[in-house]
Amino acid sequence: MTTVTEIQTTQVYQVFIKATPEQIWEGITNPEFTKKYFYGSSIESSFEVGAPYLSLAGDRSQTLVDGEVLEADPPNRLQVTWRALYDPETAAEPHSRVTWEIEPQDGGFTRVTVVHDQLEESLKTAESVSGGWSYVLSGLKTLLETGKPLAG
Amino acid sequence: MDDDRVFKALADPTRRLLLDRLFERDGRTLTELESELEMTRFGVMKHLRLLEDAGLVVTRKAGRAKLHYLNPVPIRQIYERWIDKYTEHRVSALAELKTQLEAG
Repeated sequence: MTTVTEIQTTQVYQVFIKATPEQIWEGITNPEFTKKYFYGSSIESSFEVGAPYLSLAGDRSQTLVDGEVLEADPPNRLQVTWRALYDPETAAEPHSRVTWEIEPQDGGFTRVTVVHDQLEESLKTAESVSGGWSYVLSGLKTLLETGKPLAG
Repeated sequence: MDDDRVFKALADPTRRLLLDRLFERDGRTLTELESELEMTRFGVMKHLRLLEDAGLVVTRKAGRAKLHYLNPVPIRQIYERWIDKYTEHRVSALAELKTQLEAG
């Protein structure tokens, strides 16, 4: 039995948020929202298939993530390619893929699932994002449920 | 997900072991997980079910296989709710003590 942790090339993150699918969609596509929970970054895209998907630093001086929209079905599903440019090692790797699944549940809740996959050739990226998605989804939940960004 | 379910799910050594196994290698089938534990298939299923109900494990279909993934988001939420809040105070109290002692 091994105790060495393998780098996970398919990662799944899920959270239940008391908000509508439309609010979730707004939360992940509107830069005014993403700035408040996504490491201060602005998401820039027209969200049309084939359009660029960019994440810009707060002062817009730097592109943190670049990719392309593969699928956009508001407010249910968004799939983009993903290359992290904030680190020279991850920037040198090929694009991976991020899928957002947004599904309404009972009681006014919506289930949000992020699947980050196609990381087989992008192991530095896999390592780098593995803590980040929990922080981002937790921040999205706090923002949409309380109207406030996470403290700190 | 309510905190109670997460704490209850975590309050069992077998379930914590299952989470550690998934942390080491994610996206496993019941058969793979079962092979590493001295427990019946039914027992492992029951524990996985509780972890799934608590949101700590998410299952995805891959062809005919059902794969189990560790979902760390509820643990992050517990961290933000229960750990950040109290340790921040400790750290600032220690920092204050250090400042006072050094100002001596």
